[in-house]
Amino acid sequence: MKYVIIGNSTAAIGCVEGIRKVDREGKILIISAELHHTYSRPLISYLLMGKTDEQRMKYRPDAFYEENGCETMFGKSVTKISPDKKTVTLDDGSEIAYDKLMVASGSRPFVPPVEGLEKVKNRTSFMTLDDAHSLKAMTGPKTDVMILGAGLIGLKCAECLIGKVKSITVVDMADRILPSILTPEAAAVVQRHLEKYGVKFILSDSAAEFTKDSAKLASGKTVEFDVLVTAVGVRPNTGLVSDAGGKVGKGIYTNEKCETTLKDVYSGGDCTEYYDSALGDVRILAILPNAYMQGLTAGINMAGGEAAFEHAIPMNAIGFYGLHIITAGVYEGESYVKSDGENYKALYFKDNVLKGFILIGDVARAGIYTALIREATPLDSINFDMIKERPQLMAFAKNVRRSRLGEEQ
Amino acid sequence: MKRVYVNEQWCLGCHLCEYYCAFANSGVNDMVKALKDKDIYPNIQIEEDKDVSFAVSCRHCRDPLCVKSCISGSLSISDGVIKVDQDKCVGCYTCILACPYGAILPSPRGVVQKCELCVDNIGGTPNCVKGCPNAAIVFEER
Amino acid sequence: MPINYIYPDYEVVRDSSRCITCRACERQCANEVHSYDLELKCMVSDSMNCVDCQRCVSLCPTRALKIEKTTNTFKENANWTQSLITDVYRQAESGGMLSTSMGNPNPLPVYWDRMLINASQVTNPSIDPLREPMEIKTFLGRKPEKIRRDENGRIITEMSPQLELNVPIMFSAMSFGSISYNAHESLARAATKLGTLYNTGEGGLHQDFYKYGKNTIVQVASGRFGVHKGYLDAGAAIEIKMGQGAKPGIGGHLPGAKITAEVARTRMIPEGTDAISPAPHHDIYSIEDLRQLVLSLKEATGYKKPVFVKIAAVHNVAAIASGIARSGADVVVIDGFRGGTGSAPTRLRDFVGIPIELALASVDQRLRDEGIRNNVSLVIGGSVRSSADVVKAIALGADAVYIGTGALIALGCHLCRSCHTGKCNWGIATQRPELVKRLNPNVGYQRLVNLVTAWSHEIKEMMGGMGINSIEALRGNRLMLRGVGLTETELRVLGIKYAGEIWS
Repeated sequence: MKYVIIGNSTAAIGCVEGIRKVDREGKILIISAELHHTYSRPLISYLLMGKTDEQRMKYRPDAFYEENGCETMFGKSVTKISPDKKTVTLDDGSEIAYDKLMVASGSRPFVPPVEGLEKVKNRTSFMTLDDAHSLKAMTGPKTDVMILGAGLIGLKCAECLIGKVKSITVVDMADRILPSILTPEAAAVVQRHLEKYGVKFILSDSAAEFTKDSAKLASGKTVEFDVLVTAVGVRPNTGLVSDAGGKVGKGIYTNEKCETTLKDVYSGGDCTEYYDSALGDVRILAILPNAYMQGLTAGINMAGGEAAFEHAIPMNAIGFYGLHIITAGVYEGESYVKSDGENYKALYFKDNVLKGFILIGDVARAGIYTALIREATPLDSINFDMIKERPQLMAFAKNVRRSRLGEEQ
Repeated sequence: MKRVYVNEQWCLGCHLCEYYCAFANSGVNDMVKALKDKDIYPNIQIEEDKDVSFAVSCRHCRDPLCVKSCISGSLSISDGVIKVDQDKCVGCYTCILACPYGAILPSPRGVVQKCELCVDNIGGTPNCVKGCPNAAIVFEER
Repeated sequence: MPINYIYPDYEVVRDSSRCITCRACERQCANEVHSYDLELKCMVSDSMNCVDCQRCVSLCPTRALKIEKTTNTFKENANWTQSLITDVYRQAESGGMLSTSMGNPNPLPVYWDRMLINASQVTNPSIDPLREPMEIKTFLGRKPEKIRRDENGRIITEMSPQLELNVPIMFSAMSFGSISYNAHESLARAATKLGTLYNTGEGGLHQDFYKYGKNTIVQVASGRFGVHKGYLDAGAAIEIKMGQGAKPGIGGHLPGAKITAEVARTRMIPEGTDAISPAPHHDIYSIEDLRQLVLSLKEATGYKKPVFVKIAAVHNVAAIASGIARSGADVVVIDGFRGGTGSAPTRLRDFVGIPIELALASVDQRLRDEGIRNNVSLVIGGSVRSSADVVKAIALGADAVYIGTGALIALGCHLCRSCHTGKCNWGIATQRPELVKRLNPNVGYQRLVNLVTAWSHEIKEMMGGMGINSIEALRGNRLMLRGVGLTETELRVLGIKYAGEIWS
């Protein structure tokens, strides 16, 4: 059996570990355009903050490929999948045969179609280790930085620049920061926190035109900068699969076994779309835990085992300068909100289940809430008043507690 | 594999498990020296409400959500024991978001900490189990 | 504020250099002795409420606590001791009887300690119990006078009902109510594991424990609590309790606070009402009356179960035991004046009754003299504290012993003698759920099993040393005992020689 994996990040690693749960023998080839040992993309901001280094930010230990019997081919891109021949074609024209193929091609930063963007002298996105290196090279204590996009990537970028540059201005067309994971009320808490560290925000506004070192905004304001970071979102890399005739919607379509519509071709991670059980709809959930679990599922199935990827819900844990934020699910239905200035909590529930939550500051034991969403636990089966106060196993029925704490999990 | 199991029927809410845990993880060989006048950050924590109490620590799940969710690769399974490499951990708390037991805790160092069954400190029976006066916490194969 | 005449007997001493303020002491003290002072940021204690149960000391992880006897001293007086003076203060204030619990703590003679056991040297070989069989199995019940044969000359093997004990040690009567559910479970499971019996006491048998029936003695006492046909059928034997060593001549009083729903159901009385056991059985005023009850119980249970009659060791014990041996009972139980209780008036506990050693010797002798020793087995209790006490009791004539206090100590009891307060910090003599749960029967039963197992090893060692390989051969074998520090009268009552004397 020969497995070929396109990509070398979370879903790819999950795939390797999935394959090896079932098949210790088959050959695994990992093909990646990046030259690096597998590393954790979200850690690039921590790298610039000095909280980690390139050695420690490796997603798996140095011996990972060897211990898992993986051949690697770094610096090569796959340009084509031929599902009939069961081969992939590389950018140098060579062909590689596979028995089972994993497409973990990830996503690429979306470059907004703004006039004059190409004129900007110092511009980078903030997704890869190479991006982090470039940003570091471009910035210094006298640098004014403009970040386009107040999402997770834009703000993590802002965080790691605090104290290292002269100014940071974040521009987003949304009316609040982190619009994909926070309500306006919650966003305000985080925004106040970041503003304390000197980050400037221009919201409900967008770049209309760039010069080499300034942006003219839709509102007419001008922001001058030395470095521009574009962080307005990502686009899934679906081309390989769609070109080969596979079904692609918002992202690559996969079933619960993480199979694409192409025979023996699997996919997972940021390049895929999937059914969000909290939302009840198809979407792209470009988050790391899901990528790993999809990769793992795909790997197990590729090697002949059986696994299903279910219960995908949006969830995020992120922090900015000591302020932790954990969110999950969707914010619909009734809400329970508690805020004391420092800490903020909002729970959303509907039809007897918890639909989503936002925790800011005190995030202890948040996973108990996440599990309520994931497992769609009927709220009338637990002491909801108790669990509203804080996540705790005490709120569950005695027999549930007994099984959770007294049985192998 | 032997794991820590908790039976709330016998938990007295004495909180000694928390202290024995903190002691085992202190790296100091005298409990007084390790804990006197210090705030403790144990990996096992008591939940209590009226007459019910029980200790919660990592269940060392066979199929752990925390390890799968870890963005930095600092959580891993070694011989069934889920361990955290605190040098690698950046404190993103994705594991706290994922753990359905609330058993992974923020550490005072800004990263996370969790029960590792005392494998790398005292070895043998975990200290919470040894310190429990009523066998409410046991270390056994189930 | 009135004058406070009472100074605490014991003081909590905390080594603050070792205290880590884990507050385990505070959480574990039902008497609320310890507390955390938020301002001082340290633990403080109020010794006034301390009963010296040692719970906090035992749980303190850094050994920062100890309890000391107070050095606060009244002017010394060998007659008016400090404790007598304090008792007067108490009664002058309360107008009530003094209450206490567990066994008599006063320095009255302990005859066990004045008897020494023999061993073989040269002329009669000792036996190594690790190499040779050593029988300590004991049968309780009436033994046949002589061998009987049927018309064909075959031996008639039919006997009165017998109880088979793997060890000559049983757990004495302690009611569910006086001790906790978990204590009962520990005793029941330990008896089952050990192949011996425990005794329900007069509180009935909790439904959950019917499954241990083969190892249960069900008691019928003056209050008749929890007695019904199913109860009598559940046990392996029935014990009629006429008296208790700790409080001969009086009944019992379990306060309503201890009559929880479970206790009430088991006793068949309303929840929260006081459970009062009358001093006498109101239907027993003579041996003949007793015989009626013995036979009634036998009739009710198809003559399949031995019936025990338990009396306190009092002055006339030998004559009473003789009567019991003629009443149809299968086992006579004598309870000595150092036996424990869940609650008793202090003066009665301390000054009524006689020591078990003397009672046992005189009962055994009397039954032998009257030729009726085989009518009954003889079981004694009332402070059997070690395997050596067991050996001495058997040598004085007992078939088996009951241990109560010793068993509770194995479960954690520190003899603080505060059972009557219902706040037992060890989860034994209490019905408060948060305290009861402190005794995990999984732990408790194993400790009881360990204790009795250890004692049986020691009994076998001592028997082997005497050159005896069967407990039968030790029973009533007073040759194996010698007295020290005893008067002629004491030696005569005990029926033993003085150390150094040769049997002639």
